[in-house]
Amino acid sequence: MTSHSPDTRVDEARREFMKKSAAAGVIALAPGVTLMTMSSEAAAKADPKKRWGMLIDTTVCKSGCDKCVAACKAENGWEAKAGSPTDPQWIRKVDVKDPKTGFAMSLPVMCQHCANPPCVDVCPTGASMKRADGIVLVNRHICIGCRYCMMACPYKARSFEHHEVPEEEKAPWAPRGQGTVEACTMCVHRVDAGGIPACAEACDKGAILFGDLNDPDSDISKRLASGPSYQIRADLGADPGVRYARLP
Amino acid sequence: MKRIHYSLLEGRVGYYATLAILGAIAGAGVLAAWYMEHHGHIVTGMTNQIVWGMPHVFAVFLIVAASGVLNVASIGTVFNKTPYKPLGRLSAIMAMAVLAGGLTALVLDLGRPDRLIVAMTKYNFKSIFAWNIYLYNGFFAVVLLYLYTQMSSKFQVRRYYKAAGTLAFVWRLILTTGTGSIFGWLVARQGYDLAIYAPMFIALSFSFGLAFFLIMLISLYRLTERPLGNGLINRAGRLLGVFVAAAFYFVAVQHLTNFYAAEHQGVEHFLLFGGNVYSFLFWAGFVLVGTIIPFVMVFSKSAKTSMKPVFIASLLVVLGGLSLIYVIIIGGQAYPLVLFPGKEVSSSFFEGMINPYTPSFPEIVLGASGFAIAALITVLATKVLPLMPKSLADADVDPHLVIKDADVVEMKKAA
Amino acid sequence: MISRLTQLVSVFAAAAVLVLGAAGAQAGGIAPKVIIDKSKGECVLPAEQMKRQHMKILKHRRDATMYQGVRGGKRSLQACLSCHAVKGDDGKPVTIKSEKHFCRTCHDYVAVRPDCWDCHVSVPDKAAGRAALKHRAGTMRAEASGLIKYLEGGRK
Repeated sequence: MTSHSPDTRVDEARREFMKKSAAAGVIALAPGVTLMTMSSEAAAKADPKKRWGMLIDTTVCKSGCDKCVAACKAENGWEAKAGSPTDPQWIRKVDVKDPKTGFAMSLPVMCQHCANPPCVDVCPTGASMKRADGIVLVNRHICIGCRYCMMACPYKARSFEHHEVPEEEKAPWAPRGQGTVEACTMCVHRVDAGGIPACAEACDKGAILFGDLNDPDSDISKRLASGPSYQIRADLGADPGVRYARLP
Repeated sequence: MKRIHYSLLEGRVGYYATLAILGAIAGAGVLAAWYMEHHGHIVTGMTNQIVWGMPHVFAVFLIVAASGVLNVASIGTVFNKTPYKPLGRLSAIMAMAVLAGGLTALVLDLGRPDRLIVAMTKYNFKSIFAWNIYLYNGFFAVVLLYLYTQMSSKFQVRRYYKAAGTLAFVWRLILTTGTGSIFGWLVARQGYDLAIYAPMFIALSFSFGLAFFLIMLISLYRLTERPLGNGLINRAGRLLGVFVAAAFYFVAVQHLTNFYAAEHQGVEHFLLFGGNVYSFLFWAGFVLVGTIIPFVMVFSKSAKTSMKPVFIASLLVVLGGLSLIYVIIIGGQAYPLVLFPGKEVSSSFFEGMINPYTPSFPEIVLGASGFAIAALITVLATKVLPLMPKSLADADVDPHLVIKDADVVEMKKAA
Repeated sequence: MISRLTQLVSVFAAAAVLVLGAAGAQAGGIAPKVIIDKSKGECVLPAEQMKRQHMKILKHRRDATMYQGVRGGKRSLQACLSCHAVKGDDGKPVTIKSEKHFCRTCHDYVAVRPDCWDCHVSVPDKAAGRAALKHRAGTMRAEASGLIKYLEGGRK
């Protein structure tokens, strides 16, 4: 799985960015200079030509392994006590078994970053939003905490913050606060910096492949073109950006 | 038909005592909201599974009932039924009061009630919630206009009475469609996602609204010792019976439709035959207490000579209605989301499990305070505006309603 | 934490007091003095403009971040925090819970509660704990390896 290692992905996103910068008239005097420009200057990163997505290789995902969940917790600062119905869960491992055949498998479920997200449709204020590059977010600056998006999400991907978030739990790149709704952001802060989501980085089996679904040359697009992949509840027509190599 | 004379609510001690009691309940609701807002929703029974709880049950009931309360005025204005015409003013003001009560409970439950201004300034027009904000605000405007055309002393204004009444009637139909669609348009959940929610909510609003109106009307006239004709109440009671039957019809069709699809049999079995609080509330609460008993009562012989059966039937319709809304809102969420149809699932996030819900005291108080706010606004309004006819005796309202004494004796004998 | 509703009530009360007291107070004397450390460079706008327009700049930036993914740089909230951090007795930057916090020196005085810190961390990145350091290391590692690969001609 070396071809999908995080480093390669970073490199590719970086190259993408270089091309764009050059096109925008930013003269890349030297690679280092351009890199400096990128990290110090604020530029728009949500590119409408892209659609970020994931392919999760559920053929290698093991029940009981929760490295992706742990990585998400560490990255975004949330914690879920066992059995707490009010603690948030941005990503979870689901064990699925077919009672007729006995076949069992395990897979991570998080925000599926739909192309037609029901949560965005129902949000009265527009706080539930889809970025130009397909990442679905909650704009908590205008979220009033009505929880209609939680009623509408077919994947149970969203959580409500039931109490005050202590200062020490807040990560600067992942603000969370009482009375608003939160969910997986596809680690948008990492993606904007040319990185990959924490869960994809943490999976030691390389089962989570992150990339641009719109770019036919991206690894994820090539993998998707070469074999079957599935979306959870594809019948709903929400067109999730997260796909699975196998579903029960 | 005699000319109807309206007058302000009389009484001092009784009036202030009523205000104090209702104000105390409303105040308790505000305190409960403050407590919930201060500590977060952790102090409620609501969770990431049951995201809408008791405040929503009361709020949705009241919002649905509000548009139904206005029906009383519409029956007089739009459908030209003489006996209902004197009730138009009270109906209009009470409709606004009930909507205000429901909305108060709803917005005070928000995670960020301090950001209510955001809901008023930023709109996503694809959201039925956003549309409802317009429909609710518009309802107040349209009903106020309607009330003005009813109460103005100027002929130039009164001539638009019918037009305003028709507008208000159409508006309330759209409003209830919007409320029903909050659930009808939720594609993700097994218990919702049905087009019938909109007409069903309209039918429910007819029965909830008339029941609430009759409770308030009989109470107000009894407490102020104004004449209230039994013929009028009996007639309205029989109409309530028709509405109750219509509401039951829609609920029955909703469940039958959902039950027919194998895909939805799980949730239907859970709600109707699960042997849980939802199946109990559905059969005992909605079907028996909220439908069968009131239906029999309003058509009973004793309803012709006494107001009691209609009053009790109205109370039962409200109880049955709250039960049904509880089944719809809480029951619909208690049944787990189906991500993998036909499969057994488990996770740390309660996948595939029936979600428990135990409402906490503050959230029940907040919800119930919606009723108190509705009653409080109504009582206050009747004190400052001439909304209540001095007499609603049958002879003053519509001579056709008067039953001859001889008939009464005969009926009493038969009963 | 004082509840938002209580805050709202106190805002109205404070507004009333301010209006009544404005005539008496007149030209200053009681306004809080904000200490600004210029050793870290100039702010994005002159102080007078920042006083009046910081909320607009923050709001503009907040929308740019949410919708376009504009992050980092001089106008980021983290940049504000790192320049304006006030050190407490323990030598660490104080959080919004402390009256000494930069934002609170003025905001307490005018009784306007900034909404930012319900969700955002109110101290500079370094103080955000272990997670922050870990993230830093991770990002730097990724950046470094990305740079090396780029300089080597990239993956073919």
